[in-house]
Amino acid sequence: MPVIFITDFLIFLLLFGSIAFFLYARKQEHLTAPWKEIKKQPLAMSSAVILSFFIIFGLLDSAHFHPRIETDEKSENVYSNEILSVLDLLLKDLRLKTEKTYSAPLASYSFSKELIELEDGKKIRDYPRLLYGGANLDNPKTDSTSDIIKRISLGFLYGLLISSVIILLIIFSLSKVRNEKFIITLKKCLSKNLETNWMSIFITISILFIVIAVIYHLSQNYHVFGTDKVGQDVLYQALKSIRTGLVIGTLTTLVMLPFAIAMGLMAGYFRGWVDDVIQYLYTTLNSIPGVLLIAASILLLQVYISNHANDFNSIEQRADLRLLFLCIILGITSWTGLCRLLRAETLKLREIDYVQAAKAFGVSNYKVMLQHLLPNVMHIVMISIVLDFSGLVLAEAVLSYINIGVDPSMYSWGNMINSARLEMAREPIVWWSLTAAFIFMFILVLAANLFSDAVRDAFDPRLREF
Amino acid sequence: MYAIPILIGVNIITFVLFFVVNTPDDMARMHLGMKRVSEAAIVKWKDERGYNKPVLFNHSANGAKKITETIFFQNSVKLFIFDFGRSDSGRDIGYDISQRMWPSLAITIPSLIVGLLSYISFGLILAFFRGTYVDISGVILCVIMMSISGLFYIIGGQYLIGKFLHLVPISGYDTGLNAVKFVFLPVLVGLIGGIGASTRWYRTIFLEEMNKDYVRTARAKGLSELRILYRHVLTNGLIPILTGVVVILPSLFIGSLIVESFFAIPGLGSYTIDAINRQDFAIVRSMVFLGSVLYIIGLILTDISYTLVDPRVRLN
Repeated sequence: MPVIFITDFLIFLLLFGSIAFFLYARKQEHLTAPWKEIKKQPLAMSSAVILSFFIIFGLLDSAHFHPRIETDEKSENVYSNEILSVLDLLLKDLRLKTEKTYSAPLASYSFSKELIELEDGKKIRDYPRLLYGGANLDNPKTDSTSDIIKRISLGFLYGLLISSVIILLIIFSLSKVRNEKFIITLKKCLSKNLETNWMSIFITISILFIVIAVIYHLSQNYHVFGTDKVGQDVLYQALKSIRTGLVIGTLTTLVMLPFAIAMGLMAGYFRGWVDDVIQYLYTTLNSIPGVLLIAASILLLQVYISNHANDFNSIEQRADLRLLFLCIILGITSWTGLCRLLRAETLKLREIDYVQAAKAFGVSNYKVMLQHLLPNVMHIVMISIVLDFSGLVLAEAVLSYINIGVDPSMYSWGNMINSARLEMAREPIVWWSLTAAFIFMFILVLAANLFSDAVRDAFDPRLREF
Repeated sequence: MYAIPILIGVNIITFVLFFVVNTPDDMARMHLGMKRVSEAAIVKWKDERGYNKPVLFNHSANGAKKITETIFFQNSVKLFIFDFGRSDSGRDIGYDISQRMWPSLAITIPSLIVGLLSYISFGLILAFFRGTYVDISGVILCVIMMSISGLFYIIGGQYLIGKFLHLVPISGYDTGLNAVKFVFLPVLVGLIGGIGASTRWYRTIFLEEMNKDYVRTARAKGLSELRILYRHVLTNGLIPILTGVVVILPSLFIGSLIVESFFAIPGLGSYTIDAINRQDFAIVRSMVFLGSVLYIIGLILTDISYTLVDPRVRLN
């Protein structure tokens, strides 16, 4: 039985919106030209591939449902209270294989000593075997290294195989589209003679598939990033956190976009008192320190939730509302920048002849803004969407750290870092939770940064870094 | 002179957030426990903190007291004369702020100075070597460093320098000269955390200046590249940099929320975070107001500094 959270709904709305925008933009010469520029850049294309992998994970994790409980009678459907996503189904092994407590990455033995009862009744203090980590080995102390190496090489081969099949399929369909012989397209791809830099895409795809295959093979028998305090697989947590990161990065912009565009255009177009009011509004909002505004609003939300505890069916729903609320608050604190940019651009555009001509023909204000001004400021909107993304992903971690971020029950990199921080004093140190969260965040943000640089350079050559 | 309406706006927003959306009754329940709390306990809690008055207009009082004996007047209007009142746990907020701003300044001022000097020099170096491998690898490094979470630098710095090398204490604070060893690590971490974004930004500013006509003239006159860089590019590039810095000057008081709480420095930042965690609305309210006052002072200072560095701009 499907369950649709508000953020799920908004995510799919955003997905369809971007597809619709893509179809619209394909016909607009001034919007397609910069994308051609982007397609040529190797770094931008690699980051685009990485980003789309993250997005696929995020989308899979956004389709929620109540799983059906297997019963004997086939006629009746009984649904459990648990809410799972499609990603949970795919990662069933990771989700259910929980240990007792901490275990290091790829370990076969527990992290802490415990009292073990031997078969002859004696008790010793030693590191017990893990329930799942290295469970297939008889003697992990000697065998585990060779087993791990075997699995890595197996995963490497499989990854190579799958990625080459996919690459060949892509080239094959390309040759069909271009009406060429397969071998000619292949040669063109290799010599970078096409509009798109396929070479970098292929390299990124193979690397990604190899990494995924290696991790998959290892995770069959080990916890690749170890387990956390309650024994949950860290890799699973990190993968689940992708959705939270993406939601914060994208929905925040989506929430603020209508306000920023409408206000910015109106302020620049009407000038006079409208401009004064809007400027007053955003200066006031800007002057409140962002962190404090977020903190205050989250405090208020907590009060609201505890007063209306009955309105929420599940913890997930409550966490989801908090996530949405966080997006809205972040949006309120961040729309001012875009609004100011749009206002300045509109002030310039409204004096240009074609706008003046439209006004002279008696086109209504509303129509001038929508048809003549909006398409011409679209590049600013697009640049600011991609530029904001990485900052928001990083902000989530920091906010979660001071307890004003996402709900503690939600998987997020910030929460992972926050809970792992308390174990810093342990000896030997529990480093894997932190590392996993930082690695995932780093890859996502780096890809987003590189991609947004390319987008900015292509859409606004004046801002190009020399 | 736009300062006053903005402050009034900020005040109204905080008032609405803290007293209308979220009534004192809710606050009392939050503090006293959620479920089983008697009406009498709520009334007593509100009584002790002066939240028992009507929100906007007091019908039961006479004359001017109709306006003054209200929550709005007592708790919001008084902020304008910097009378912060007492926190929900009964401490004097004004006194706390005056005590806690010094540790904040001890962290932020060194960070600002050291940061500015090193970012400008890195930016200049990259601009000097523009187009070469030094420049390209520098920019790549900047992008990579930008993409790493600030929390990583803090945790990594604490572990490496504090725990592993035992050079300075991991966290804490002390008065007088002893504070230096506690200040060192936060400043270093702040410096490294900002290096990526700032260096790239300054490099862009310097390169923009380098493409201008007066630099070409200077080159044509046969000046050495170093001299052009220091005499012309640096001085002209400083204008946008300095005006950017002036905006953040007043906000140094607040300190950095995250750094302070990580390093357990008893400044205003950790004060605010503690208040958030203890759900002390009075302190959060005061800090919101203080923060926006400082921001507006920053805006005014920027306007003034514009006229100082560029005589063509006039205040009207």
